[in-house]
Amino acid sequence: MKNRVRMIVNGDPVEAEVAPRQHLADFLREALGLTGTHIGCEHGVCGACSVRLDGAVIRGCLIFAVQADGARVETIEGVSDSGEIADLQAAFAARNALQCGYCTPGMLLTAQELLMQNAAPDREAIREYLSGNYCRCTGYQAIIDAVEATAKARREAKQ
Amino acid sequence: MSGQSALDRPNSYISRAVPRPNLGRLLQGRGQYVSDMNLPRMVHVAFVRSPYAHARIVSIDTRTAEAAPGIVAVVTGAELAKVCTPWIGVLSHLQGLKSAPQHAIAVERACWVGEAVAAVVASSRAEAEDAAAQVEVVYEQLPIVPDMEAALAPDAPVIHPELGDNLAFERRLEVGEVDAAFAQADAVAEAEFVFGRHTGVTLEPRAILADWNAGEERLTVYLGTQAPHMMQTILAKHLGLAEAQVRVVCKDVGGSFGIKVHVYADEMATAALAKILRRPVKYVADRVESFLTDIHARDHRCKGRIAVAKDGTILAFEIDDLTGIGPYSVYPRTSAIEANQVVNLVGGPYVVPNYRARARVAFTNRNVMCQYRAVGHPIACSVTEGLVDFAARKLGMDPIEIRRRNLIRDDAYPTQSASGMKFEALSHHATLAKLLSMIDYAGLRAEQARLRAQGIYRGIGFATFIEITNPSAAFYGVGGARISSQDGAVVRLDAAGGIVCQTSVTEQGQGTEAMIAQIIASAVGVPLSKVRVILGDTDNTPYGGGTWASRATGIGGEAAWRAGVALRENILKVAGIILQADPAVLDIADGQVIDAEKRPRVGLEEIARIVYFRPDTLPADFQPELIATRHYTPKKYPFAFTNGMQASWLEVDTRTGFITLLDHWVVEDCGTVINPQLVDEQIRGGVVQGLGAALYEKCLYDARAQMLNANMADYLVPMAADMPDIHVGHVQTPTAESALGAKGAGEAGTAGAAAAVVNAVNDALAPFGVTISEIPLTPERVLKALGVI
Repeated sequence: MKNRVRMIVNGDPVEAEVAPRQHLADFLREALGLTGTHIGCEHGVCGACSVRLDGAVIRGCLIFAVQADGARVETIEGVSDSGEIADLQAAFAARNALQCGYCTPGMLLTAQELLMQNAAPDREAIREYLSGNYCRCTGYQAIIDAVEATAKARREAKQ
Repeated sequence: MSGQSALDRPNSYISRAVPRPNLGRLLQGRGQYVSDMNLPRMVHVAFVRSPYAHARIVSIDTRTAEAAPGIVAVVTGAELAKVCTPWIGVLSHLQGLKSAPQHAIAVERACWVGEAVAAVVASSRAEAEDAAAQVEVVYEQLPIVPDMEAALAPDAPVIHPELGDNLAFERRLEVGEVDAAFAQADAVAEAEFVFGRHTGVTLEPRAILADWNAGEERLTVYLGTQAPHMMQTILAKHLGLAEAQVRVVCKDVGGSFGIKVHVYADEMATAALAKILRRPVKYVADRVESFLTDIHARDHRCKGRIAVAKDGTILAFEIDDLTGIGPYSVYPRTSAIEANQVVNLVGGPYVVPNYRARARVAFTNRNVMCQYRAVGHPIACSVTEGLVDFAARKLGMDPIEIRRRNLIRDDAYPTQSASGMKFEALSHHATLAKLLSMIDYAGLRAEQARLRAQGIYRGIGFATFIEITNPSAAFYGVGGARISSQDGAVVRLDAAGGIVCQTSVTEQGQGTEAMIAQIIASAVGVPLSKVRVILGDTDNTPYGGGTWASRATGIGGEAAWRAGVALRENILKVAGIILQADPAVLDIADGQVIDAEKRPRVGLEEIARIVYFRPDTLPADFQPELIATRHYTPKKYPFAFTNGMQASWLEVDTRTGFITLLDHWVVEDCGTVINPQLVDEQIRGGVVQGLGAALYEKCLYDARAQMLNANMADYLVPMAADMPDIHVGHVQTPTAESALGAKGAGEAGTAGAAAAVVNAVNDALAPFGVTISEIPLTPERVLKALGVI
């Protein structure tokens, strides 16, 4: 049994037949080839599969594709191509805030959500907001530095 | 780099924090991990895994599963064994090490919970898992060995009866007059140190895609691995192929830390299935499978004693270490290395005249255990540094002072440790001085005293460590393993003036590609943007070891340096002819050949144009070679030891048992630093893995050897909110063995972090007169030590 779903993924309309049990992260990866959404634990703990659903960052493994019917979905590929997080990505590169890169898409989307809500988060607030995204490589400090630097640069750009 | 004339190059990138060239694709989600790959006709495998820790497989009924939708094949261990031969994880230089043959899929018995007993291949992973649930396996449960203590009991069931007992390996070492030293000591401190079994938790689980092309009779294996050539050898050997019939390709790897450098039964089975089915077969471990089958590490119980004189002089160490490794010694690096390292490393930073050690390695019916980041180091460091602190406390001496009095002098090199480890040059005293310049020790002690009066308990802990890097053939090769200790680099000038380097070391996020590119750009004399690095492909790189044991920079980087220098000389021969100048007075800077007055004379693009398209304009007796190959392996010292020191400042809540990390400092000496940013981030990442072990991480097993927390909700790892900022400082003592002088830095953080934290906790709890020497330091453990619960 399959269900027909329609959604807007990275700005493009998508229509597909999906099995009811397929979660959104698998759908994005397998049906659409958007492999920047990574699978780490498939029980909502690690944050590797984070995507934006109707503007809010959610865990792609904790929602079925059928639940995203009619929704607007944005993945790391979409926000990369739109240029929305180009400055954050540049800050991650400059600070070496990624090593293996597997957590990075989820980390970037989550950090961007924080920066949209809070233009001046302190280090503790950044650590708190990213505390649902697991990174085994960096020890987090470089990531915190990169997010902090981006927040500062965005504030200065506004003045 | 004063005194490093070989590195004193125009536009050198050595010791510069340049960004890694491969970050763009990872930042845009456009990397290619094995998990992401698809091939035409690809099928997926799921494994039926034993629910019992030790059981005889009575029968396997695959009929229902075979009729399930999408099923391609259901394969049992006996069927797979016709294609893939078993292996035994022993090395001849670890005398007496024994293990039993291990099959890719269990044939008669399953020996731990999670061992594969059948494989189900289907057109999707979901269908394979559905059918796997319908494979009916009848088991007869067998007596189990639940833990290492039970393994060596006289009446313990023997896991492999043909081996006689459960003792896989034992090593004893006796140096000096240990009993006399303890008898003469002014103070003796002793403790039992317990280290929880933990694991790597790579964010990308293990993944393999194996493709057998029956037309070419060739197996291509896409694998997240640290050692492609090692895997090529092993796949060929056990699948009955010539090495030339196997290609191993390693693209992006989602974390490894030693996890993905071993031979895994399910990965071997996947490759064998590709051969049987003559089509691509993919296996990606799910998170439960990761916890049940990725190698575990540590799980040591180590009794230790230290003898000291009144003035703090260390007279002797004695240790007795026990570890449990699961039912098999892991192939091909073996599961005896960690215990062997503990014997080698205890007391290592200090002058230790007398030393006695015993290490025992026992088989158990838990998941297999093997080398994970900083193999043996955290155990040796915690035991050594814990005992040094306990001795200082008995003598009423400051922890810094007792270390200062016993650390090997910086002018004492070359020298060796009590265990015979050879040290070319270390810098313990300079490191200690550097660390003290970074922390306000007197200020922290004053703050500690002030807060204690308010019922707030803060502590500072120190850990001095040594780290094995740049291993020679002494590590594996001499024991008969086909694991290369040398690495190679091929560097060429392309027609458009670009430089391409093929290297045998690999990337799992450390920055290998950047490090090699920096070295090549510096050695040849070109902008970094002109260098492209190719790695992780046995068809397209020179033969070599890969990236593990903190060896990629010190060994692979040195090979790249030498190849880059050789290519520069080759280019300058051509330039000498074109410019009618002596090549010895020419050099290359910024992609231009420069003369003795440093004036640009001709660009590399022009040289390439002449060589490739107008060789007719060159002398008839001159054959240009715009390519160079060099290899390197350390020969004078079996290992390039590094050293360092860590300090932890933390607060213990004596009502809840919670520990808050407030600050952490590391000073380490990895010789020449190629990229300071990458080294610092290796240190920080390594520290945080050590902090995970210190505070959170443990694979919990029950009496039936069932793992109780095989998921990321129950197995705790360090998350951003729990971690402190980490301050990193350096002392640089280059190895004279290589031109670059670089040693490894990948494991130093993990080596000493837990020891610093445990010592800080004991320092915080000093007013209560209690000590803890078991990790992880859970709130429960702290409260029990305090007698609260």
